[in-house]
Amino acid sequence: MVIAKTVDGEIGIMPQHAPVLGVLVEGGVLRVKREGEGELVAAVHGGFISVADDEVSVLAEVAELGSEVDVAAARDALDRAQASIEANQEDADAAVEAQRARARLRAAGEEV
Amino acid sequence: MGAQLRLLRRRITSVRSTAKITRAQELIASSRIVKAQQRMQAALPYEREITRAVTGVVSNAASVDHPLTVAKDNPARAGVLVVTSDSGFCGGFNANVLREAEALRGLLEGRGLAVTPFVTGRKGVTWHSFRNRDMGGSWVGFSRKPAYADAKEIAAMLIESFKDENGIDEIHIVSTEFVSMLTQNVVVKRILPLEVEETEATESTTIPPYFEFEPTAGDVLESLLPRYVESRIFTALLQSAASEEAARRRAMKSATDNANELMRVLTQQMNQARQAEITQEISEIVGGANALADAAAGKE
Repeated sequence: MVIAKTVDGEIGIMPQHAPVLGVLVEGGVLRVKREGEGELVAAVHGGFISVADDEVSVLAEVAELGSEVDVAAARDALDRAQASIEANQEDADAAVEAQRARARLRAAGEEV
Repeated sequence: MGAQLRLLRRRITSVRSTAKITRAQELIASSRIVKAQQRMQAALPYEREITRAVTGVVSNAASVDHPLTVAKDNPARAGVLVVTSDSGFCGGFNANVLREAEALRGLLEGRGLAVTPFVTGRKGVTWHSFRNRDMGGSWVGFSRKPAYADAKEIAAMLIESFKDENGIDEIHIVSTEFVSMLTQNVVVKRILPLEVEETEATESTTIPPYFEFEPTAGDVLESLLPRYVESRIFTALLQSAASEEAARRRAMKSATDNANELMRVLTQQMNQARQAEITQEISEIVGGANALADAAAGKE
């Protein structure tokens, strides 16, 4: 089962799902639940999920596996982004940056 | 030692060191082709999927009109994205691309369009600025190893000027396609307004799946199409990078072969000159000895 976050909300895809094409949100967490193996978690920033012919493809602009996330760096990025949001509420770049950092931390299994 | 002999020696030394350099360049280029090809391969799945997604949307939602897919009624201005290399030593690589770009320019101007070039690669930029051609945009510094961000930057600028009412009405791309180590072709493609291009021939028997869209077809298309343009440009940049290295390898190989041939000819000439010198010295000695002997015989 694949769980992703589209702009409409979370979507879970089981085998034999009808073809779907969805736009993913910035800073979402993608989970792939596999039989017999552990869960595959990734931080996915923007892009698409497409389901067709019993195949799920995720096209992301940037993606990072949870196990590959540098937790300290992500925390650092989050702190910096939050600091600049506090300094300037209109800072859209920092908001995106904070979202990304949060997604990376969540993918790594950290509490945010 | 005669002057001619010394001259030949000097030339051989210089040709030999040139051959060493070109040989090294050739080897460097060969190893880079492999890396460039790997990057091309790595980008393939993404391109294939995005093409499939775009085809899916377009075939499902025929009613969806998007500014990027609609041809403008009276096109007045055209943009041409010319993909060249940053560095030289790659034979006719850039000349071929630029020649094709000029031909396209002629063609477009024949249709009454004003042409604005967009150029990537230092060689193309120099070529245009030398001729005082105004460029709509120029990018340098990544021809050997293009990153997705570079393609994104280019695509953003092209899409913006395409969407602009008084901007550009159609955009073409002139780049080099990497077919194999030995064959690279210059290709001209129209990227905007979009024509969805199949990367592989899909069998006509398979019906494209009927997609549901999250949230709507229009929204999906809105964010999908710019990605598709980026992907097309990225592919062109990667192919061009691989082609550049292949062209460089070939140019350097023929330069090395040439230098080796030149060295062979010069060595022959040098040996001849040395032999001639020795023969001359012997005949001088013999002549001198004979003259002495004659003089001695005359006294007696």
